[in-house]
Amino acid sequence: MIAFAELLERLTLTPGRLAKVALLRRFFETEPDPDRGIGLAALTGELAFDAAKPGLIRALAEARTDPVLFAWSYDYVGDLAETVALMWPERRTNAQPPLLAEVVEALAVTPKAELPHLVAGWLDASPAPVRLAILKLITGALRVGASVRLAKVALAELSGGTIAADDIEEVWHGLSPPYDPLFAWVEGRGERPDPADAPVFRPPMLAHPLEAPDLAALDYPAFAAEWKWDGIRVQLVSTPAGHRLYSRGADDISAAFPEIVEHMSFDAVLDGELLVVRDGVVAPFADLQQRLNRKLPTARMLTQFPVLVRLYDVLFENGVDLRPLAFIERRARLEAFVARVQPGRMDLSELVEAPDLPALSALRDGARAASIEGLMLKRRDSPYLPGRPKGMWWKWKRDPLTVDAVLMYAQRGHGKRSSYYSDYTFGLWRELANGDEELVPVGKAYSGFTDAELVMLDRWIRNNTTQRFGPVREVEHGTAKGIVLEIAFDAAQRSARHKSGVALRFPRVGRLRLDKKPEEADRLDTLMRSLP
Amino acid sequence: MRHPDTWLKVRPDGLWCEPGGFFIDPVNPVERAVITHAHADHARPGHGAVLASAETLAIMEVRMGAGRAGRTQQALPYGEVLTLGGVRVWLQPAGHVLGSAQVAMEWDGSRAVVSGDYKRVPDPTCLPFEPIPCDVFVTEATFGLPVFRHPPPADEVARLLASVSLFPERTHVVGCYALGKCQRLIRLIREAGWDGPLYLHGALLPVCRAYEALGIPLGDLRPATVAAKAELAGAIVLAPPSAIADRWARRLADPVVCLASGWMRVRQRAKAKGVELPLVISDHCDWDELCRTLVDVDAPEVWVTHGREEALIHAAEAQGRRGRPLRLVGYGDEEEGEDAPPAESPNVAADATA
Repeated sequence: MIAFAELLERLTLTPGRLAKVALLRRFFETEPDPDRGIGLAALTGELAFDAAKPGLIRALAEARTDPVLFAWSYDYVGDLAETVALMWPERRTNAQPPLLAEVVEALAVTPKAELPHLVAGWLDASPAPVRLAILKLITGALRVGASVRLAKVALAELSGGTIAADDIEEVWHGLSPPYDPLFAWVEGRGERPDPADAPVFRPPMLAHPLEAPDLAALDYPAFAAEWKWDGIRVQLVSTPAGHRLYSRGADDISAAFPEIVEHMSFDAVLDGELLVVRDGVVAPFADLQQRLNRKLPTARMLTQFPVLVRLYDVLFENGVDLRPLAFIERRARLEAFVARVQPGRMDLSELVEAPDLPALSALRDGARAASIEGLMLKRRDSPYLPGRPKGMWWKWKRDPLTVDAVLMYAQRGHGKRSSYYSDYTFGLWRELANGDEELVPVGKAYSGFTDAELVMLDRWIRNNTTQRFGPVREVEHGTAKGIVLEIAFDAAQRSARHKSGVALRFPRVGRLRLDKKPEEADRLDTLMRSLP
Repeated sequence: MRHPDTWLKVRPDGLWCEPGGFFIDPVNPVERAVITHAHADHARPGHGAVLASAETLAIMEVRMGAGRAGRTQQALPYGEVLTLGGVRVWLQPAGHVLGSAQVAMEWDGSRAVVSGDYKRVPDPTCLPFEPIPCDVFVTEATFGLPVFRHPPPADEVARLLASVSLFPERTHVVGCYALGKCQRLIRLIREAGWDGPLYLHGALLPVCRAYEALGIPLGDLRPATVAAKAELAGAIVLAPPSAIADRWARRLADPVVCLASGWMRVRQRAKAKGVELPLVISDHCDWDELCRTLVDVDAPEVWVTHGREEALIHAAEAQGRRGRPLRLVGYGDEEEGEDAPPAESPNVAADATA
């Protein structure tokens, strides 16, 4: 449990992806079975305990600590489990800290009435970081900022390059803690675990952005085009052994979208886009976001934000792997499947037909619906390959919308950018009743600038700070002095939750407009008038 | 016998020993000052006569510049009694940093002891705290909450070195206060078996040189400023807390940001400061040490100068002692490092932005 506690603390505080993978890999390399497998389950959210709740922790603290000191300490630390872990009165015992597997097993089988005594004994035998890990495990609040994907990347590294994270992906959902066959496989001691009929996730095929040189070299007749919808990419896996809806990142989101899973009474693996659709019209992404925020939807949300899946592809049908087939062959299978099965809450993504590239480009530019991001171009002969194979699939986004905005506030970034002011809040002008104009914050941008521009902006911000609010710096933004940023964004939507009344989708810095004075930046009115 | 509250008083300038005619750690320039240790919030420039340990005076001179550490200076060895205006005064080791002292005073049959800042765990760079039984014990309470319990410092240094071996291509930059923490950390790293070079931010070098001149060897120290980025991959760099996540740190190879401070016990503090590897190492007492010291000096009355006074007074009262907050202003916590210079010199600052 000591190694697990140290891993948790470092994952919580480490911003870098590579560093997280290194920490995970060391944990898997050095911890014995079954502790490392149980640790993997804890990190990937596979463990849950019903009997132990925050009330238990509070009761333990009250029994062991001075109530006045506890109240002051809780007030200072702000987190119940951490307060108890830190101030737990240490008793000299000869007992060793418990093993992770021991804790997990005991939590699963111990009757509720005996839990306080059991947990107190563990806390007595453990140093503070282990106490915290135990309490966080009990309350199910590990929150270490390590995605399931990173754990799989770290596991793949154990194989010394013979097994990829995507290979692990294909067996993952057929496995259970403590994952002995998985460790045996990646360490070369055992066969690949056979998921058989289990509804496992398949790594999705992804597209490259289509840049100008690629466009010039594009062999147009070799490609088919589809709209690129602004929802989330999902995978529907339905086998005799179960039905699952997965996000692109392999998260099982079945419970959040029961109305989809309900209609998955077929034997196939399908690829599509999850969208909120009302009366045949795709709603803006913000509507889908409402559903994504909930693990279990309320009845009201089901009617207010109805979802469907727009199908792009078929990977398996009746247990047969169709991924080696060409796109047009899979497409024919998909069309036949939809016509035959007529699955509810699903429709077919239409192919966009145009005689040549300029005609297609015109169609792309003509599509102004916020729910369309652009076009997908897929090689007609492309097999379904995991990852982002070059030259097979392209995403051809619409040219972004832009607005000239004024830099108002800046905050430091994270990780490699922690010494740079790299998070920018920008605003547009709004007319006041007396005829004056004020800047209203409209959004935040974190990307789109070059390293050299970042250095320049960072220096300017440090030299032109007018006020500080904790980590945030307010910078000069008068009519004559300030920085104008051209902000690029994919869509704009009216929003009651934003002071400005508008929310931008994926705003980023298009370029610096050092040639412009703040008073020449855009007016909020102009942006609002362009909205549907 | 007269109770110490009739002759040891709180004034705007600080704690005032009336019959002795001197202040202890005054926050403004005064005629006569007794200084417990050389941290900037306790040792301020511009006093008339200054009385302190020889080590404290030497470090004050290094930090303030020649002539600014008092018009006249008198070094008082630990345990040697001096009589000032009828008050018997002596210094006793406080275990905080090199030269740090408690100030013991006796007048008219009663004894008061001012701890200054102190700790109870062994420190390879200074003499250990010696408890003095007294009628009034004046203590700090920087870490006066039971959530603050410092783990063994050797364990924290072992975590640092384990991280260095896990990330050999990255630079570990450790934030530490320039006086005391820095030198103690260096000695702890040496004791853990690391005898290679340690790289230092320019603001840390002068006090390290002073420690070495006072008989605390620190091994191979090199300026981080002139080292090439490649040379710093896999290296340990020490810097003031204010520099570790700021522009200065950009010269380092993919740094792992570490901070050695008692505050690092609380995870949110580490997260808020962008610290990737918190090292819970403090030159102040933790909660258990504070409570134990009250028992050791066994004073019926405890005055608390700064920190979390309400909790420590609560604990003193639970021990059957009277507690009193002095609410002295001007003492911060050097561990926050706010008074550390942001860069070594204007030239280096310009270089850092290049």
